[in-house]
Amino acid sequence: MTISIIDIFPALWKGINITITVLIASAIFGYSLAFIAGLCRLSSNPILRGFTTFYVEVFRGTSLIVQLFWLFYALPILFNINLGNEFWAGSLAIGLNYGAYMSEIVRGSILSVAKGQTEAATALNMSRFQRMRLVILPQAVRMMLPEFGNYLIQMLKATSLVSLIGLTDVLYHGDILRSSNLAMAPTIYLIVLLFYFVLALPLIWLTRKAESISKKGVAN
Amino acid sequence: MAKPIVSYKDVHKSFGDVKVLTGIDLDIQPAEKVAVIGPSGSGKTTIIRMLMTLEEPTSGDIIVDGENLWKMEKSGKMVRANEKHLREVRGDIGMVFQHFNLFPHMTILENCMTALTNVKKVDKETAKKDSIDMLEKVGLGDHVEKYPQQLSGGQKQRVAMARALVMKPKVMLFDEVTSALDPELVGEVLEVIRDIAKEGEMAMVLVTHEMDFALDIADKVLFLDGGVIAEQGTPQEVIENPENERLQDFLHRFNR
Amino acid sequence: MNNWDWSYFLEAFPFVVTGLKITIGLTFACFLFALVFGFFWVFMRNIPSKIVQWVVVWTMEFIRSTPPLVQLFFLYYAFPMVPGIGVALSPFTSAVLGLGIHFSTYIGEVYRSGIEAVEKGQWEAAKALNFSTREKWFKIILPQAIPPTIPMLGNYLIILFKEVPLASTIGVVGILQLAKDFGAQHFNYLEPLTIVAMLFLVLSYPSALLINKLEQKLNRRFDKNEPTGSKPLSESKGVVS
Repeated sequence: MTISIIDIFPALWKGINITITVLIASAIFGYSLAFIAGLCRLSSNPILRGFTTFYVEVFRGTSLIVQLFWLFYALPILFNINLGNEFWAGSLAIGLNYGAYMSEIVRGSILSVAKGQTEAATALNMSRFQRMRLVILPQAVRMMLPEFGNYLIQMLKATSLVSLIGLTDVLYHGDILRSSNLAMAPTIYLIVLLFYFVLALPLIWLTRKAESISKKGVAN
Repeated sequence: MAKPIVSYKDVHKSFGDVKVLTGIDLDIQPAEKVAVIGPSGSGKTTIIRMLMTLEEPTSGDIIVDGENLWKMEKSGKMVRANEKHLREVRGDIGMVFQHFNLFPHMTILENCMTALTNVKKVDKETAKKDSIDMLEKVGLGDHVEKYPQQLSGGQKQRVAMARALVMKPKVMLFDEVTSALDPELVGEVLEVIRDIAKEGEMAMVLVTHEMDFALDIADKVLFLDGGVIAEQGTPQEVIENPENERLQDFLHRFNR
Repeated sequence: MNNWDWSYFLEAFPFVVTGLKITIGLTFACFLFALVFGFFWVFMRNIPSKIVQWVVVWTMEFIRSTPPLVQLFFLYYAFPMVPGIGVALSPFTSAVLGLGIHFSTYIGEVYRSGIEAVEKGQWEAAKALNFSTREKWFKIILPQAIPPTIPMLGNYLIILFKEVPLASTIGVVGILQLAKDFGAQHFNYLEPLTIVAMLFLVLSYPSALLINKLEQKLNRRFDKNEPTGSKPLSESKGVVS
């Protein structure tokens, strides 16, 4: 007995909650790490810089799916600790991976704020912290926005990996459905793809918006 | 003789192997207007950038109002100044840049207010009033809510001056402030500088290519060549009686 | 760290490493496919019809904003079931098509940016010399448009390399799958998975450095800014005064 398209939607809908919460948690981890690591790499402290560079290069140099499996299957053995559950392992893996990539955006944006801006702030006798807070970061963040938007879409795509460690997201429910309705596989996966695309649409729109914002208000 | 507000004592500056300034000795009196002229690459800009703490001298001392700018005392020894010391001493100094360097994410008014409220901790109302007064003085009272991108080069430079002036520095530095402007906009900027100069109480150092203007408002003219002060004196001395041959050549190019 | 076992590590290592042949082979197969198919998107976007352009742009957007993992599943599990055209694909073929098409949308954009960076005068010159459309593209435009994009393409090769282990989910036996098999047999994934991570790092990090070098060299040779206008900010160097 085959199912109809009308049955597919509610079945997949059960996973939307997980997909969205994993995305939100990953994004919070990712953006926070991006700022922390990006600023640390600009620090004058060589130990801090070295440690952060190590983190960034390891996570950029290996594959997200490998990191996910490593955090989920290997880390608990190595340290006898558990990351709680699949949810935290999944979100942390995505956050750590994209945090590493985005830290380069943070670093690059800060470095590309025109040198004259720092000089003008110095001439107004601002402290190092004030220069960063009042002059550099507001301009750098505008430059980061479009890339941050792009990476948000990448993170959305990446959330589909958590089905591989057993989280019941949209793809997971699609797989369950497919395994009992092999002939419906094309329709099921097309609708799964549509789910992700509909989720991505507002992010695509936001990214385009961010592009127009970032063109204003930056000296470089 | 009055105590100078700024003294350079045997200041040297190199960038890597390139010597930019060698043995600069210079006193600037309170309210004195000093024009620095000379061929490009002679180190003119570096002189004032060191005073603004944007470049560190390779050796020598710069004294601002009795305080050593780049060095501080630490357990009886003079050591390299830290950020805190630099901040304490450079508060007396303001600067206007060749390329304006306005903050593009702030309105004109915010550009002027930000250092008042954040650095001098002036309350917002006072800061706003002072900033608007200063912007009116430079002729931009109608533009306070605009962003820098909406202004002409001359207007931008006048905002930059208001931004620096509102901090009430004792010494104002002008780094070739008209050389990035279209020729027709130079006049309005020079006019503002002339007004400031007339008010008198602030010392000013102008690095400039506007020879006539410099000679008109300056009390003292420095001719910098190859990293040394090749000649200095009143405008009359320097112009009418140039001893240095290079200075004669240099002035000749300006039809003097 | 007392659970780390070097002898187990040494036992797993030769087993996992044999998968490199598949992992690297698949990477290059996908890349080649994406390189060729990227031109398809460029071609389609040059068709002077608003409707076609709209369809092409949104198809590309659809492909690149949905998970490649789902696209792999679609090709492997669902495509054989598609009425009329469906045929069964091997895991390897599915992966080449799936990742190849996914990345071709990015590659197509790289080509396009390269083409847009070719000076307007070159197009006019081609016209003035009365070149045919074919000659114009193959003799004038593409030889100038493509070489500056080589570093960008190289970056995508490395990104692709790191996406290839996704194919283990449909049964392509590369290093990740071998590590999982080995781990499952011995009830311990720590060392095998660490080996996989190490292999990725050891292969991708030097390649990234190499491409950075190449990029600097090319930028100098072509004596212009990044043709794409979308030079990753991560590559920007600090201002040296």
